[in-house]
Amino acid sequence: MTDAPPTPRRTALDARHRALGATMTDFAGWEMPLRYGSERDEHTAVRTRAGLFDLSHMGEISLIGPRAGQALDHALVGRLSALAVGRARYTMICDTEGGILDDLIVYRLGDEEFLVVANAANAQVVLDALTERASGFETAVRDDREAYALIAVQGPESPGILKRLTDADLDGLKYYAGLPGTVAGVPAMIARTGYTGEDGFELFLAPDDAERVWDALTEAGAPVGLVPCGLSCRDTLRLEAGMPLYGHELTSDTTPFDAGLGRVVKLDKPGDFVGRQALEAASRQADTVSPRTLVGLIAEGRRVPRAGYAVVAADGSRIGQVTSGAPSPTLGKPIAMAYVDVEYAKPGTEGVSVDIRGTREPYEVVALPFYRRER
Amino acid sequence: MSNPQQLRYSKEHEWLSAADADGVSTIGITEFAANALGDVVYVQLPDVGSAVTAGETCGELESTKSVSDLYAPVSGEVTEINEDVVNDPALVNSAPFEGGWLFKVRVANEPEELLSADEYTAFAEN
Repeated sequence: MTDAPPTPRRTALDARHRALGATMTDFAGWEMPLRYGSERDEHTAVRTRAGLFDLSHMGEISLIGPRAGQALDHALVGRLSALAVGRARYTMICDTEGGILDDLIVYRLGDEEFLVVANAANAQVVLDALTERASGFETAVRDDREAYALIAVQGPESPGILKRLTDADLDGLKYYAGLPGTVAGVPAMIARTGYTGEDGFELFLAPDDAERVWDALTEAGAPVGLVPCGLSCRDTLRLEAGMPLYGHELTSDTTPFDAGLGRVVKLDKPGDFVGRQALEAASRQADTVSPRTLVGLIAEGRRVPRAGYAVVAADGSRIGQVTSGAPSPTLGKPIAMAYVDVEYAKPGTEGVSVDIRGTREPYEVVALPFYRRER
Repeated sequence: MSNPQQLRYSKEHEWLSAADADGVSTIGITEFAANALGDVVYVQLPDVGSAVTAGETCGELESTKSVSDLYAPVSGEVTEINEDVVNDPALVNSAPFEGGWLFKVRVANEPEELLSADEYTAFAEN
């Protein structure tokens, strides 16, 4: 007996995507735009002009209460109680073994209110874990997945575009900050965050207002070349920027230290937190002998490495595995992120190749990221 | 999209031109397939002089998100490959039925199940 697969969920902007002729894809149970036209053109638009994304599949969870900050300190690896109102922080939620359950952005909306944004595929796991871990902290954990649509405008032209539609003080809004305001006449939480390596904004708003804001951004951005962008270019943008993706660089078998992101773990924060013991051990191990390191690889040829492909040394021995790979529109060559044995992780290491379906293709080991915007 | 009437099509989304005086047909992938792949970034084609067999893989096409096998729609000897498309794989997307052709085959054997343009259109849209 097999059940029919559940019907994919559609965002409040579904009709817009279809009117634009988007190629849709199933992503974590959501039907999302993969691309509208050429994903390479969409990628380039974000790097040089601006791109408009529907990210409404992301999972929002609110924590509200006088000790909500302490609840998050206990539940997550970061010290969220120290976050200033109006600021955001990249952090992670781990299991007791130190394995990553998800990577998150947490916004402090008020003294007693935080907004946690989880990956769509992990939102239920995160919601369940937060609910369990916040008990005893006088904190309400609210599933706000249905309460928000999320629209991102990313790229160097995005501040100018958004300024035409809001009275909010965007010049005063720093990277990784968020403030309530209005966009195109409707209320929104305006955050200067993103997953592209460019300047940009993420707008959390009521689903009923999503089409209005999408249309206003489309119109305001048209003169400077804003285009709608799908998840395909979001993936190549984040890969060039060296940003990890859950399920690829980050898994429940990976600690933040394995991923080279030990800095998000605040071992010096007061009190116990879930995973502390395991993460203290992982930290000590990372200081002495780290078994593997996340590196960047740049192809000398044109064949594209894919997640799961083996990284091999000159003698043919397997030294690691590709976690993400794609043709890089900015570099004009295939690139990958891979975990490799630490002795092969130094930039410029000779003789490293990727086994691409039986053929060894030479790759250059580089430090991440592949791309960093000029500020 | 419209699939040219003078071509025939495989269910693996290749097209095949009518043979010229030397019995050579040109092969490419359809616009439907090119759109499904997204931006093609790498094309691996069979060697000139090699034999390809109908229904078997003879190369691959890589796009941003995936890699797909290229199937030979007919059996025969490869007489020419499109060097332009090797150097600029985006031709597969921009002109799948013209400048984005892939290779030419001196046809030895042609399967009966190749489709007409109308049959292929119905197949692809289904």
